[in-house]
Amino acid sequence: MHASTPLPNQRLRLERVTKRFSAQTAVDAVSLDLAEGEFFCLLGPSGCGKSTLLRMVAGFETPDSGTIRLGETDLTALPPHRRPVNMMFQSYALFPHMSVAANLAYGLKGLGLSRAQAAGRLKDLLRLVRLEGFEGRRPDTLSGGQRQRVALARALAREPRLLLLDEPLGALDRALREETQAELRAIQRRLGTSFIVVTHDAAEAMALADRIGVMERGRLVQVGPARTLYERPASRYVAGLLGDVNLIDGRLGRAEPGGIRSVETALGILRASGEGEAGNAVVIAVRPERLIVRGEGASDGLSGLLTEATFLGDRIRYRVEMANGTTLRASAALPAPGPIPAVGKTVTLEVPAESAWILPA
Amino acid sequence: MSGLSQRLGRGLVRGLPLLWLALFFLVPFAVTLKISFSSPATAQPPYLPVLEWDGGLEGWREFFEALDFQNYQMIAADALYRDAALSSLGYAALATTILVLIGTPTAYAMARASARWQPILVALVIVPFWTSFLIRVYAWIAILKPEGLLNAALLKLGLIAAPLPILDSPFGVLIGLAYAYLPFMVLPLYAVMSRLDPALTEAAADLGASRARAFFTVTLPLSLPGLAAGALLCFIPMVGEFIIPDLLGGSDTLMLGRVLWSEFFSNRDWPLASAVAVMLLILVVGPVVLFREAELRREEAAEGGRR
Repeated sequence: MHASTPLPNQRLRLERVTKRFSAQTAVDAVSLDLAEGEFFCLLGPSGCGKSTLLRMVAGFETPDSGTIRLGETDLTALPPHRRPVNMMFQSYALFPHMSVAANLAYGLKGLGLSRAQAAGRLKDLLRLVRLEGFEGRRPDTLSGGQRQRVALARALAREPRLLLLDEPLGALDRALREETQAELRAIQRRLGTSFIVVTHDAAEAMALADRIGVMERGRLVQVGPARTLYERPASRYVAGLLGDVNLIDGRLGRAEPGGIRSVETALGILRASGEGEAGNAVVIAVRPERLIVRGEGASDGLSGLLTEATFLGDRIRYRVEMANGTTLRASAALPAPGPIPAVGKTVTLEVPAESAWILPA
Repeated sequence: MSGLSQRLGRGLVRGLPLLWLALFFLVPFAVTLKISFSSPATAQPPYLPVLEWDGGLEGWREFFEALDFQNYQMIAADALYRDAALSSLGYAALATTILVLIGTPTAYAMARASARWQPILVALVIVPFWTSFLIRVYAWIAILKPEGLLNAALLKLGLIAAPLPILDSPFGVLIGLAYAYLPFMVLPLYAVMSRLDPALTEAAADLGASRARAFFTVTLPLSLPGLAAGALLCFIPMVGEFIIPDLLGGSDTLMLGRVLWSEFFSNRDWPLASAVAVMLLILVVGPVVLFREAELRREEAAEGGRR
């Protein structure tokens, strides 16, 4: 379709965008710069303000303060039907009284297309989402996955510079969701359109996005590629949102060469990566798959009692009770290189310093 | 609950409405139908024949032989009834059109109001029902009469030089009909419109549609069931309306309800009045049947579209 003609400067730029609903601040001074053709995910639990932010970009809500610009255009005060931005709705919002073709063609009116051009666009869209032959069908006769694709195609019909997607895969079942994720990425790459997806599912955000923005109670708390957010989260909240994590309280000790710090914890002295002033209260975040579980007697590490080992097919999950009563979760990929320790035995947990990340308490 | 009493309960739930309909609709209609085939008489009741329960089979035979279509022939022959029927349909159709034009924006505004306001607006639509219908129509006399509120206001504003003869005119009847039946148009429309997914109009706006285009291409087509229900709820009783033409229309207004009334009470011709009532029923049931047919055809067409 329109992959080959990059217009100059179509970056979305949010500057201190704020929205209050009565006493509650739904979106709090969010600033964000989006690259052209970027696939961006807004991640957060329900009520964190991500949908409100998306609706302000679409024009359905007006910010109380701040500006929204797309390239040279200030969108902040434009009504939705004047914005070069389209949205795919969580409920899809397909027009139930219109055929698939009429749904797709709805946005083509007023674009100044000739009849032949409009017909060509319609054909392209149907091919893009593999719905050729479904032109005459009503939305209520389609499967969930087909409806999702109609909604996507309809939102792309006007060739927007920026496409907003509100939980686009939320209504699909698990198997279909993974397949659709790959399809959505492929379509985004092919068209070169910037996408902003809102989701509460961290795995989905990681699978889709070039960059993820994590929202917490109206604020954008961390923006970065999935790997950074997962391995170097800025807070406990981000660490927990992206996946399972062990959090160990401690006090920061002296710096060692190579950016490694020692941290005094209830489990003993641990070595971890990160920054901070010596003496500060901190939290160490370690992902379960980064903990190395060995049989008793291994040279280096924390000793604990293996209370549970759960077989999960591609990996095994351990629960280890430490001397002070806390439990650490660990997991290992299967097949494991060494012998798998038995439940009820004492094991040694190794905490690699480069995988233990220091967070402010 | 045991199986038997459960079945009994279910039977009651299904049977009661049927019993109600039979007792208070079918039986009275059968009586009216019978009277419409009878002849007027100076008697008590004022028609013949009256079925003698002790007359045996012979009595039944005589009874049925005495019934005829004379009243219907009279209605067909006299232009008064045809004119009254046509004018009733005309008034009802015109008033329904006015109600659609007023009711649709009203219901739309109600459906788009904030969640806090909606119950209040619905209550305001219903509030007039707490006052007697007759009194409310009477009140319109005070508004519409030559020295009434409306004319006084128009005179004060300098819009007219002399009072308009609105009372006792077709215009007065239309105002009365549109006023009295507005809730029946607004409520079903509101019920449908308030249940539409707000994302639908947002999607239309997102796809470049102005508010007007979004309304006419999305909201209105999806509200048609409510519009049709409201139109029927207004049209049917308006065809047979008696009070409004009688109070606001003056003596020249010709509507079936008034013809019916004068046949019953002025002429004491129960059989003819019954025949007019049956004709009225056919007139108003007709549109309903046509509507149902169209509805069915549309559903079938939609089924066909699914393949």
